[in-house]
Amino acid sequence: MKLTEKELEIVEILEQDARTKVVDIAKMVNISVNEAEALIKKLEENNVIVQYSSIVDWSKISGHEGVTAMIDVKVTPKRGVGFDEIAERIYRFKEVKALYLMSGAYDLSVIVEGKSMNEVANFVSQKLSTLDSVLSTTTHFILKKYKHDGTIFEKGEKDKRIVVSP
Amino acid sequence: MKQTKTYLSKTVEELKPSGIRRFFDLAAGMEGVISLGVGEPDFVTSWSVREAAILSLEQGYTSYTANAGLLELREEIAAYMENSFGLQYSASNEMIVTVGASQALDIALRAVVDPGDEVIVIEPSFVSYIPLVNLAGGKGVAVQTKKENDFKVTPAELEEVITHRTKAIILCSPNNPTGTMLNEQDLEAIATVAKNHDLVIISDEIYAELSYDEKFVSFAAIEEMRERTILISGFSKGFAMTGWRLGFVCAPKELTEAMLKIHQYAMMCAPTMAQFAAIEALKHGNEDVNGMRKSYRRRRNYFVQSLNEIGLECHTPGGAFYAFPSIERTGLTSEQFAERLLVEEKVAVVPGNVFGQSGEGHIRCSYASSMEQLQESIKRMKRFLERQF
Repeated sequence: MKLTEKELEIVEILEQDARTKVVDIAKMVNISVNEAEALIKKLEENNVIVQYSSIVDWSKISGHEGVTAMIDVKVTPKRGVGFDEIAERIYRFKEVKALYLMSGAYDLSVIVEGKSMNEVANFVSQKLSTLDSVLSTTTHFILKKYKHDGTIFEKGEKDKRIVVSP
Repeated sequence: MKQTKTYLSKTVEELKPSGIRRFFDLAAGMEGVISLGVGEPDFVTSWSVREAAILSLEQGYTSYTANAGLLELREEIAAYMENSFGLQYSASNEMIVTVGASQALDIALRAVVDPGDEVIVIEPSFVSYIPLVNLAGGKGVAVQTKKENDFKVTPAELEEVITHRTKAIILCSPNNPTGTMLNEQDLEAIATVAKNHDLVIISDEIYAELSYDEKFVSFAAIEEMRERTILISGFSKGFAMTGWRLGFVCAPKELTEAMLKIHQYAMMCAPTMAQFAAIEALKHGNEDVNGMRKSYRRRRNYFVQSLNEIGLECHTPGGAFYAFPSIERTGLTSEQFAERLLVEEKVAVVPGNVFGQSGEGHIRCSYASSMEQLQESIKRMKRFLERQF
């Protein structure tokens, strides 16, 4: 789908802050509110804007238990469907938060979330590595998130400018 | 105190302190102020640029550079001027790296002004122009522009103030404080005047990277104007590097040589680590600059439309990051308006009169602030206007 300049701007604005109000978006890209609403709807219908969600720093929430692991998976691709079939089998598991086909030393990068290391380990050993096409897995647990999807978790830098200047 | 004052030079004594300082003092002591009074980007210099400066320090580049600046930086500037604006300046003898565009302005004026020479300043204007002309021994002559013309100067307005002592005109496009950008036609009209009266044009193009609707045209790109143009630019605004104090000046060889004489005695060279940072900014900063420009444009669109909605009439500025709305309908002077807005609603703006007589009846609002801050400031200004007027 080829986007117009205005549509592209809307996507960028919403990607930065999904809560930007339509009236403000309309002003920012210099179109009417109705037009902005229509364009956003079109982008949603075409699955360009797939979903609106929040970036949550779960480590701030006391009592929260959870671990994230990145798993490198080597698989045998199948004639005709390549990696797509095995990818689909993997991403359907609710534990899988993200899945990418990679170039380089392994084929699929699987991001898995679980309540504990044990839970993730079980998922890998019982679900993932037992799949027919999976040749091997290497699991890396994430110790701390500093930056996610372009957002730095620690509070941003303070405005250090003097209040009035020429 | 009385005694020490006798030590002061007449020139300095006659120099008026900037009207901006009073507002700074007023706003600086208050809590919870949203400041639209800031004349600099809200972006922090991009990390790759900061990192390049850190690396230069680690490697021990802490000595002077050539007077005109690191040759590598000048070569990058030459390429940048060519690629971005279609201008050709020799890295070896037609440019000087300066301590901000401010110092470039200072050496430019000192290079061309003799005692008593007049330099035309188009108001509303950046606050430093007339004082710098005076410090160079010249006489700053203000020409007033009109809101109806989007604060663009007309040839007739220029002709009116030109005398046989007129030596130069200072141009600033995109403009601080009005945000007005001069297009090719506007520049050509000024060029005709400059040619007829054989004037030097000091073109302050520090906001060149921040133009939003039309492509920026440099005055030096206008036919036959290069030879009489001193082009001033720098890294502060487009590259978000105000605190680095790094600018540059481009001009034909003879003018550059003259400026270099002043620069070598008065300044020696621009800070070395800032020069290394600037090399990185020119080599790899293009994407950052584009991103910042986009972000300013969105905020400009939002802010200017919102100002008009709450009843502060404002033309759409083509560049820089200032909106310059009219507050005439309130019946207040710009100083009264700015002071009451600050005290009652804690929004700091700069009263238009500090930029010259024709700035009266306006306020300068910088939209180089986060969207949240801009939204909140609009809310406050709306409340302020509804309560009073």
